[in-house]
Parts: sequence; C-alpha cells; structure tokens
Amino acid sequence: MSVRVAELAMAILMGVFSLYLMYESAELPIGWIPEEGPGGGAWPFWLSVMMLLSCVGIIVNWVRRKGVVAVFEEPYIERGILIEVGLVALSLIVTVGLFSLIGVYGALPLFLLFYLRFLGNHSWKLSGLFAVLIPIVTFFFFEITLKITLPKGFTEPLFYPLYRIFL
Amino acid sequence: MVDILQLLASGFAIAFQPQNLMLIIAGCALGLFIGAMPGLGSVNGVAILLPLTFLVPPTGAVIFLAAIYYGAMYGGAISSIMLGIPGASTAVATTFDGRPLAKQGLADKALTAAAAASFVGGTVSVVLFTFFAPPLAHVALVFGAPEEFALMMLAFATFIGLGGDDIYKTIFSICIGLVLSAVGLDIISGEPRLILGGIIGFMHGINFLVLAIGVYGIGEMLWTIEENRKAGGQPMMSKATVTVQRTMANLKEMLGTWKTTVMGSILGFFVGILPAAGATPGSLMAYGIARQISKDPDKFGKGALEGVTAPESANNAASTGSMLPMLTLGIPGSPTTAILLGGMVIWGLEPGPRLFVDHQEFVWGLIASLYAANLFALLLNIGFIPMIIWVLKLPFTILAPLIFVLCLIGGYAPTQDLFDVWLMLIFGIFGYLLRKLNYPMAPAVLAIVLGPLAEPALRQSLLISSGSFAIFFNRPYAGPIMVTAIILLLLPAVKMARRIIWKG
Repeated sequence: MSVRVAELAMAILMGVFSLYLMYESAELPIGWIPEEGPGGGAWPFWLSVMMLLSCVGIIVNWVRRKGVVAVFEEPYIERGILIEVGLVALSLIVTVGLFSLIGVYGALPLFLLFYLRFLGNHSWKLSGLFAVLIPIVTFFFFEITLKITLPKGFTEPLFYPLYRIFL
Repeated sequence: MVDILQLLASGFAIAFQPQNLMLIIAGCALGLFIGAMPGLGSVNGVAILLPLTFLVPPTGAVIFLAAIYYGAMYGGAISSIMLGIPGASTAVATTFDGRPLAKQGLADKALTAAAAASFVGGTVSVVLFTFFAPPLAHVALVFGAPEEFALMMLAFATFIGLGGDDIYKTIFSICIGLVLSAVGLDIISGEPRLILGGIIGFMHGINFLVLAIGVYGIGEMLWTIEENRKAGGQPMMSKATVTVQRTMANLKEMLGTWKTTVMGSILGFFVGILPAAGATPGSLMAYGIARQISKDPDKFGKGALEGVTAPESANNAASTGSMLPMLTLGIPGSPTTAILLGGMVIWGLEPGPRLFVDHQEFVWGLIASLYAANLFALLLNIGFIPMIIWVLKLPFTILAPLIFVLCLIGGYAPTQDLFDVWLMLIFGIFGYLLRKLNYPMAPAVLAIVLGPLAEPALRQSLLISSGSFAIFFNRPYAGPIMVTAIILLLLPAVKMARRIIWKG
C-alpha cells in the first residue's frame, strides 16, 4: 500500500468513525433545551460533524493531489519496518492480554525476555537479569510504595505472603 | 514589585526544602538523559513519568516534572552535537552548527556554549516570567466562562493559523481530542454519553494520560523504532575533550555571543507563550535571526558559536514561556505543559488565575524551583558530560522495552482499569499510523486536557446569554480574544485566497 492509498483509506476510516460518533452523541439531545441550555449531546455531536468535514477536506485534497502525503507513492510501511514495528506492537498486545491471565509479574518477564533476547539480540544473561529485576522494582515501587495493586490473574494467591510482609 | 520579591523569597523557601531540592536535582538529571536520548523529548518524559509522581505531594510532583522539562531542553543539545541527531525536536537547530563544531574536534566548545546559553535563556525567561505572571493572573481573575472559552478558542486557533501542518488534519486532531474528552458522563445531566455501544470502560471517561502515554509513549517508541531502522546502525559519535581549563576558555569565548544569546532568550520566551509555537519553532526562528544580524553570516552552518547559543537559549526560554499561560490562564503553551496541566487537575489544583490566590505556595514554589532547576541543570550538564555521553551509547533495544513497561504500568496506574491499558495501546498504534500521514498529535493532547474545561465554559456562557453567541463578542475581554481567535482561524483561508488572486 502506498502512502497515497493509505491517506485515502485513513481519511475514509476516520470519516466513518466520525459518523459513528455523531450517531452515538445524538442519543442525547443535541439541540437547545429551554431553561437548560445546549443538550448533553450537542458538544460532541457538532465536534464530530467538524471531524467529518475535515475528513471530507482531506479527501478533496487527495483528489486534487494537493499536499505532500497525497502525492507520495512510496510504500506506507516498508516490509522490514512492518515486521519490526508489527512484532513490537503484537508483543505489547499479547503482554496486556496476559495481564489478566497470568498477571503483570508473569507477563512482564516474558515480554522483557522476548524483546531483549529476540528483538534486541542481547545475551541470555542480560535479558534474564532485566526480566527478573524490572518486575521486582515494579512491585516495590507501584505495589508497596504507591499502593497501586497491579493485575495478577491466577497468580494472585502467590502474593498473599508478600502483602503480609510489606503492606 | 516588593510584593513579588517577597513571594519569590517564600517560594525559594519551599523549593529548597530537602525533598523538593532532591526532586529538582533528580528531575534535572532525568530530563538531561531524556533530552539527550534521540526519540525522547520533554513531552515523552513528562507523559511517561507522570504516574510515578503520585508518590509525592502535588507541589513536589509539578516541581519534579518541570525540572524534567528543563533538563530535557539542556539534554537535547548533547545528541545534536555528539551524534548529529537532535535529541528532541527542540534541538534541531542546534545540529546546524553544533555538529560542524564537533566534527572539527571542538565538541566541548559546542557543549559548553549550549549549556551556558541554555542557562542564560532559562534565567532571562524565568525573570520575565516572575514579573509578567502576577499582573496577568490578576487581570485574568475577573474572567468568567465566556472569557475562558474564548481563550481556549484562541489556543486552538493558533494551531490552525500559525501551525505549519495540514489544516484539515489539525482541525481533525483538535476535534477528536475534544470528543474523546467528552466520553463518559454528561457533566450537566449526568447521563452516560458516547460509551460506544455500552462499553462499561468508557463510563468513567478517558483519562488524558491514556491518550498522552499512548501517543507520546507507545506511538513515539514505534516511530523511533522505524526511524532507527531507516537510519541503519549506530551513528558516529564525536569525541569531546573536557578539561577545566578548556571549559573556562570556552565560557570566555561564549561571552562574546551575549547579544545573540539574550536575543534568543527574549524571542524564545514570547514564542513559547503561543500554544502552537513553542520551543521548536522558537529555536529555529532564533537561529534565523542570529544569522541575519551576524556580521559574518557565511560562518553559519560551518560551526558558528552563535548558531549554537541562539537556538539553545531560545528553546529553554520557550519552555518557561509556555508555562506562563498554563499557570496564569489555565491554557497550556505546549504539549508538555498540557500534560502538566492535566496532572494539576488530577492533583486537585484547579488551573487558572485563582491559583495565584488560592495556592500561592504552589505557584511560587514552582517559580522558585525553575530558578533552581536552571542552575542544577547547568551544573549537572557541565559536570557530567562524559557520563551523559556514555548513556548515549546505551543501545535503544535496552531502553525501549523499559519504556514500554513504564507505559503499560503507567497507563494502568491512574484509573487502575485494564481497559485503559487497551485503550492506550490502540491510541499508540493509531497515533503512530496517523503520524506517518502527517496528522499532528499535539493539538489532540491539548484538546483532551482542555475539553473537560471548554465544554462547561461554553455551556455556562450560552446559558447566561440564553443561547446567543454574542456573549463571546460583547464583553471587554472575551470580545478581543475571540476576534483574535477568529482572525487566526481565517488566516489560512486569507492566504489561500491571496495565492489564487496572485496566480490568476
């Protein structure tokens, strides 16, 4: 997909999204309510209309081949970059998915190991060190000091003794 | 005048409390590092690290984040000079002459000049700030809802009238930010709104940090991964010889450029006040002017010292300038201050002129901390140049996963809802995809912070006027502000019309 095609696709996608937002906002009154002022849906509705109009503007510029992006025929994401950025994005999605399953302290070491060892080509020793160290620091900073309980999934019971010691 | 000095003195008493002093030093050091790392600037640092500041009281938190902001302005120059890659967009202009100097083996000269110019820029602008802010806040005390809304319109209008980006994409960015901020419960009727098919996670609204960390954390890192790949391999690092003797000689030479430095400082401060402008255009403008007023303009681009001092003084001054509207009017002057402002709302510090009355110790503590942060950033910068250069050699593949971890946990911390982490990932990935198509991100972040303040201001104004928009035009302060905003909004159309007439 070239940048030019991506530009059009994105403008259409965002335009459709604007329409959806208009539909959602319109569930609340979007006009003037006597004695109350503008209805609850008015603000997001009219802003979504402006979003839609700017998408139309982007498409008009695209048709007229105006602007740097609208005439750029290079690939939108090169193959190599797609793989690299895609892998990172995917690993993040998997990590967050694992948060509710095996918890932050199960997912973070896996993420760090994967990133450092396989994406970063660092040694097993260094990758392992970070995979152990970072979750420990996270635990002490967020859970103990800030008292923010992070998701633990089914590993929750394993933390009861730690809570008893530190909290 | 005497009042201001008294308040400033009381501010220093707060800034020099041991905990705050430590926060200033830690903030400066972290900021230096963040600024120096290519791909990370002050806005990324402040967005990613904001959740960590829940540890300390609000005043300390803002002082810490402001110190990061400052340190990052100093740090940006280091990679501009040593690697030829700007450490942050604010340091782009520093590469023009800083890099040639480094190639001539004079990296230490460029580094010292950059640090000293940053110090001058920071100090001049903080002094300006100290004397401008109280009267401005005093005037703004009489502002009601119509004035507040007019000011926000003005802030958004600067992006459209003065921003260099595609106008439609800028408008889109502003509107989507405002709409996202409207998700949740309608502030007046309390009804659920825009919960996109009844998803419970949207009921509590979208925290601005979710968007800020998504765009400036996740999105920015994906962007940097791409940039690094395109650049291919590690860039050449210049050598810097730092000795006390050489540093003294360098400082002496730098004194010769004082006119340029002072020009950069004052220019940067005023450019920084504008929400759409800020440190990057400020430093580029300062560079351009320095070249114009120079007796020897041909020297520029080949290693002119003025070419380093002008942009460096300007970007530091601009960062202070952007805090002026944030503190006095509640309108952020840059994406970084937008995030600071959002943080202040979380901490219960209602932004706006009332801060100067209701939270004097906070305001003056912060202002005093800027003086202190400046000094510490200078000392740390000059004293630890070798260490920062060592840090620059840290592979990005080590830094990136650590930042991702911070983003994921930081995105969870404010609301403690896993749904927000998902949302942050979506914003990050879409932010990256949109940025590749030149959609500006800063307006959206500004909008999501200002949205919850803009909507009630608009609705209250219209309620007062029973639906007439004339209320924004027939009041002594709101009128001129709104007219200025409209002129800015129309500026691109006027330019286009002129082009058509000129052509035809």
